[in-house]
Amino acid sequence: MRLGEFLLVAVLAIPALGALAVAATPVDRVARLVGTVAAALTLLATVPLASGEHAWSGGLPRPAVQPWHQLDLPWVPGLDLRFHLGVDGISWPLVVLTALLTLLCCGYTLWRVPEGGGSGRALVALLLVVEVGILGTFLALDLVLFFLFFEVVLLPMYAIIAGWGGEDRRRAARKFVLYTLFGSVLLLVGVYVVVAAAGTADIVTLTGGGGLSRSTQLAAFTLLALAFAVKSPLWPLHSWLPDAHTQAPTVGSVILAGVLLKMGTYGLIRVAVGVAPEGARWAAPVLGMLAVAAILVGSLVCLAQDELKRLIAYSSVSHMGFVLLGVATLTTTGLQAALIGNIAHGVITGLLFFLAGAVKDRTHTGALADLSGLRETAPRLAGLLGFAAVASLGLPGLAGFWGEAFAVIAAVRRGGPLWTTLAVMAALGGALTAAYFLRLLRRVTHGRPSPVVGRLAPSLAGAELTAWAPLVLLALAVGLAPALVLGYASAPVDALVGVLK
Amino acid sequence: MSLVQSVDNVALLPAYLAAGTAVLVLLADLLVSRAAGTVAVAAAGSVATVAGAAVVGAGGERRTFCVGADCSWVFGGRAALVAAVFGLLTLGVLALSGPLLRAGRTPVGEYCFLLACAMTGGVVLGGAGDLITLIVALETLTLPLYVLVGLRRGSLASAEAAVTFFVVSVVATTLTLLGAALLYAVTGGLHLGRLGATFEERPELLDLPLTTVAVALVVLGLAFKVAAVPFHAWAPATYDGAPLPVAAYLSTASKLGGVVALLAVVQLALPPTVTGPVLALLAVLTMTVGNLVALRQRRTVRLLAWSSVAQAGYILAPLGALALAAGRTADARAGAYAAAVAYAVFFVVLELGAFAAVVALRPADADGGTLDDLRGAARRHPWVGAGFALALIGLAGLPPGLAGLFAKVTVVRALLDGGAGWLALVVALNAVIGLAYYLRLAATLYAAPGPVEVGVRPARVVAAALAVATALAVVVGFAPQLVLDLAAR
Repeated sequence: MRLGEFLLVAVLAIPALGALAVAATPVDRVARLVGTVAAALTLLATVPLASGEHAWSGGLPRPAVQPWHQLDLPWVPGLDLRFHLGVDGISWPLVVLTALLTLLCCGYTLWRVPEGGGSGRALVALLLVVEVGILGTFLALDLVLFFLFFEVVLLPMYAIIAGWGGEDRRRAARKFVLYTLFGSVLLLVGVYVVVAAAGTADIVTLTGGGGLSRSTQLAAFTLLALAFAVKSPLWPLHSWLPDAHTQAPTVGSVILAGVLLKMGTYGLIRVAVGVAPEGARWAAPVLGMLAVAAILVGSLVCLAQDELKRLIAYSSVSHMGFVLLGVATLTTTGLQAALIGNIAHGVITGLLFFLAGAVKDRTHTGALADLSGLRETAPRLAGLLGFAAVASLGLPGLAGFWGEAFAVIAAVRRGGPLWTTLAVMAALGGALTAAYFLRLLRRVTHGRPSPVVGRLAPSLAGAELTAWAPLVLLALAVGLAPALVLGYASAPVDALVGVLK
Repeated sequence: MSLVQSVDNVALLPAYLAAGTAVLVLLADLLVSRAAGTVAVAAAGSVATVAGAAVVGAGGERRTFCVGADCSWVFGGRAALVAAVFGLLTLGVLALSGPLLRAGRTPVGEYCFLLACAMTGGVVLGGAGDLITLIVALETLTLPLYVLVGLRRGSLASAEAAVTFFVVSVVATTLTLLGAALLYAVTGGLHLGRLGATFEERPELLDLPLTTVAVALVVLGLAFKVAAVPFHAWAPATYDGAPLPVAAYLSTASKLGGVVALLAVVQLALPPTVTGPVLALLAVLTMTVGNLVALRQRRTVRLLAWSSVAQAGYILAPLGALALAAGRTADARAGAYAAAVAYAVFFVVLELGAFAAVVALRPADADGGTLDDLRGAARRHPWVGAGFALALIGLAGLPPGLAGLFAKVTVVRALLDGGAGWLALVVALNAVIGLAYYLRLAATLYAAPGPVEVGVRPARVVAAALAVATALAVVVGFAPQLVLDLAAR
């Protein structure tokens, strides 16, 4: 077995075995430590995946997906299911981000287990299982395998919300799982519409629409896009997200916003657009309009929002709107904007949820009305919150800027009255984003300390700083050098756009 | 033509073994009259039946009781699979009956004898080659169950359940028999293969109103047996009133019997142009109504009963693909039958696991109780709870219950291969409704325990049955090709 194949297996096997080890370890604290070590090892295994031959060395014609490493084993021939994994420039940044966020969450759980009744051991085990599902989704190069991993995430995430969440957690968890299962079953039907027509489930072969008739592509794209729109989430299918985020424990929100939503946008790029390009071209205007609606609706709701975590959740709807707008343009610029927007949103919103969790843990409230003057009593926390908010609203030089700016540019370049209008409206949404984040900062950090804020100690725990520092650094790094992500993504995106035409 | 038929006794071996088990159980009860001995004989007989079916099935198809080319006994791969599954289910239900029989209020000899008789019916059903053998086998399968359902002494619900079941089932059998008689009147044949060939050769027969009535009666009569909507109303009351192990048998073995019978007539005898649309409609109604009503159930066994109504809908769904021309090509048809069989096998494994867990968590001769009785059960018995949760999640069709997931995938795939995309969507959306109640039951298991602590220690033999069912579910979850290969034979 070559190194690349070994690494691909290791990336999935380490967290899976880690989850089993955590479940089998009786002492809670030791178990959490075991889980954190497993998450760290996983991160270590994801990094060298970037090694190896990146340029296409095979003959012509170049396939639209050129994995750096791949592993292809038969599993269930009767269902056209192969255990086909691979990594390329579109998936690798997301894989690393997933491993990093899971490590941070496990480390954070080492320090503090959210209240709610469940043991920390079980929480860490579930986080690792969720990691397996997300990594598997990003690595799968077989449609059926992709669907399988897509589903793996559902129940562990449900259990995280229902076991360690806030007051109204059961309802929120149920809403999450039913909504996202609705998306998953559409994905199942969509996948087999493609498989039944093409006779193969191999994403490498299928990308570019290889031989699928127009009507099949339209049906498949509709089903797949709906499935991913629920997951991303795209307005008007987003209503599970605010509840799930508000009720989930901090680590749950971080994983949910940081990487779980990315399964939707990644799937849209890799599976829906890749496999049914004709359908994508047909549906692009609708997708673009819905994306812009998501941006505007998300921003407007945020302007009126009075709860910290809910506000961040709705801001996710708006940010994912930019990502989807980028995808909808179906241009190189747009797809690259979507990819970097994905990473930036994962880093920044992960950080924002960590900070919101810290504020809620300390003050036991998330109502903006009860919070003010955070910078008087807890200046470091307030400073970090300010940094994250500014990064999220898209200040040039920080990670959030590139995705939003280039999504708008891509829409303008697409030309025509529709796309120009969409670009203008999206830009307007960008301005609204700035408005609601500044409103958030004014209400939370400025002003006189409210009674609950007045009692806060200024210090931050070492574990908190350790969990947040990598995200702060990444937000800066991606902002200053977007080539970190785009350098890897440009070749595969070019190849994908090549087959779209 | 010679008047003496040569009988291939090897082909009949599984049926001999099953029937012999029943006789031996009766003798053992009479001569040894020790409960453990009787149960051991029944268990050994079931194992022998499984082994016999496997050995005979491995040797290729064998036919006997032939008139010309038409045979009343056809023992091939499918029949062997059915016989083996029936044997294993009987073994499993015997294990689940441990606490019930030990409680001493149930006559052990009769109980085991009736169970072995039902097994005989199931084994013969798989090999049946003509309509009469099929119906007699199906009755042999269900007749002992009328008595078994009523075995909870002193329970009014149990007696009511038995009478409901008896009346409904007899009516269903009458309908099927009438249908068979009319088919004979139309075609002059009763052998499944002969009927199919006749309809193929003389398509003008399909235009006769009598043919339509005959086909409808046969299909609807069998739909009663699988508890397909709108012929399902007996199932929840019967399951809930029956002793728990018998409810487990009803929802696995008896249901499987209905499915096998339906498959046999649809695949071999009846014209798919007529049955296809009927089955598609039945499937849609069955899964949708079953799921929607299951949402409102507060009693555990009723919830499982309604859910098994819905599951019957998923089993029928692939046959609905026959409604369309694209679904009637040879490949698509073979795929649809194999998908239905595969789903049924995945389903009985998971359903048996779920019932084993309920039996383990309830007192020896109690009924299923309400959902609240199971509150926090997984915290008291983590292993049983985990097995129960895995079975439920599998029935819902989600990871980590991979067996159930692949079952759904198989059905959706067969439907899309047959061009019935709309039916695939209905199946998919029903899976979402299904998750809602399976998840509620699973979440109840892990909820904080209520004030009433029921001190139940799971019996060892029940725990063992649960462990085996769970292990099987995990194995076929990771290697579903095993089941798919068996189902396609």
